Amino acid sequence: MYTSQVMDHFTNPRNMGEIKDANGVGEVGNAKCGDIMRIYLKIENGIIEDVKFMTYGCASAIATSSISTEMIKGKPIEAAINLKNKDVVELLGGLPTHKIHCSVLAEQAIKAALADYYTRQGIDPEPILGKICSTCDHCESCHG
Amino acid sequence: MNRMIYADNAATTKLSKTALDAMMPYLTEEYGNPSSLYAHGSKAKEGVEKAREQVATAIGAAAREIYFTAGGSEADNWAIKGVAHAMAKKGKKHIISTKFEHHAVLHTLNALEKEGFEITLLDVHENGVVRVEELSAAIREDTALVSVMYANNEIGTLQPITEIGQLCKEKKVIFHTDAVQAVGNVPIDVKAQNIDLLSMSGHKFHGPKGVGALYIRRGLIIPNLVDGGAQEWGKRAGTENTPGIVGMGAAITEAVATMEERGKKCKEISDYIIDNALKIEKSRLNGDREKRLPGNVNMCFEGIEGESLLLMLDLKGICASSGSACTSGSLDPSHVLLSIGLKHEVAHGSLRLSFSDENTLDDAKYIVEQLEPIVWRLREMSPLWLHISKGE
Repeated sequence: MYTSQVMDHFTNPRNMGEIKDANGVGEVGNAKCGDIMRIYLKIENGIIEDVKFMTYGCASAIATSSISTEMIKGKPIEAAINLKNKDVVELLGGLPTHKIHCSVLAEQAIKAALADYYTRQGIDPEPILGKICSTCDHCESCHG
Repeated sequence: MNRMIYADNAATTKLSKTALDAMMPYLTEEYGNPSSLYAHGSKAKEGVEKAREQVATAIGAAAREIYFTAGGSEADNWAIKGVAHAMAKKGKKHIISTKFEHHAVLHTLNALEKEGFEITLLDVHENGVVRVEELSAAIREDTALVSVMYANNEIGTLQPITEIGQLCKEKKVIFHTDAVQAVGNVPIDVKAQNIDLLSMSGHKFHGPKGVGALYIRRGLIIPNLVDGGAQEWGKRAGTENTPGIVGMGAAITEAVATMEERGKKCKEISDYIIDNALKIEKSRLNGDREKRLPGNVNMCFEGIEGESLLLMLDLKGICASSGSACTSGSLDPSHVLLSIGLKHEVAHGSLRLSFSDENTLDDAKYIVEQLEPIVWRLREMSPLWLHISKGE
């Protein structure tokens, strides 16, 4: 059912945990649906110095969050802003159709953490990031 | 680490050697059509009729009351639609069942509802057991059928079938039970228990897949399932699945003969796991502790999701099942777990283990040893657990 990349990230998740002095924290999804992702960012001088995740959900939810953190760690903030769920899916060698929403959730979790970062800096995040669906209630890929 | 523990016997079971040995001649030399007149055909016919006797004996029925089908779902569909359509002609279009039936029953009832039947689904309460007084109150003048499963397929809870049979007899309502999980695991006597129709499936008691049976009490006439030849007294036409039927007959005889001993062993395994896994913080047993199949364990661990749990267990060689949305292939977790009042987020963290006599107490110890660190590893990753542990 899952690719070896998914199983690798599921069994050996990278960057799992909390960052105590994070300057951007975002959480998306809800318990009722069965997945929640929480991203911690530590951004210094426009660089993502550190990133960690916590995920409640299935193997693909854990794997997409893990690989997403790898994709942005040590990169300029733009890498996180421009992260697309289809790139996450591609790097994982594909996901079953009914699990694609997990990659959307990972993209949204990173955006939610970025939004928190910008808000803390006194910058309105919406012009930079667009709207973020944090509750999952209107998400077409999940509830379409 | 090549250990493999099969703990998903409610999904399917391993074919027993007895059943395989009984089937082999019919998969090789005895390939004749049971309907043929020559000796080669009548040997196949003998095999089918012996199996019919075996199945009948196992549940206290007469051979003439056993109709072979292609499985449990087919038997459920036939029983419910058959009675519904027969009784509709008498103006009875109300059916009572329960909220946690197998989909073979629930989806059949949905189809009948669209045809204009009225369906009442009884609560199964927190312990997963239907209450006879609530059934009694639900029975009306126009009630055509009561269908209550013998044992639930997820949480293993046993229903008060004898009391329900007695009530239905008094109220003159036809009573069907989906006994797919119960046959071969608990004693059944359709006469003493006043059961009018009973569904079973061969592969749940170490018989082959693709074969089942419906018991229909003598005198109860329901429409044919398949029109065609004279097989199954013309009620379900089609050349018999001789090897499957023979295998099922051998398996059910063996299952009934070993029932008590197997039950004790399975209960010892289940009890060990329940007692020890309940020591894990924020865990719960689903379904009544006593009124359950001896080999069923169904638990929830808060803060984690079932599919992750199953995959982690699989990596340790443990085959189990879950009622989480991710494993059910839908957005909602198992309707069974919701029917006993669990919140979605708790139901997502469910684990079902179901044992046979091939399992050992050593398996139970290994499962508990592996389970606890896996639950904690997933909780360590889980923001939901973070919120639960902070009391949010």
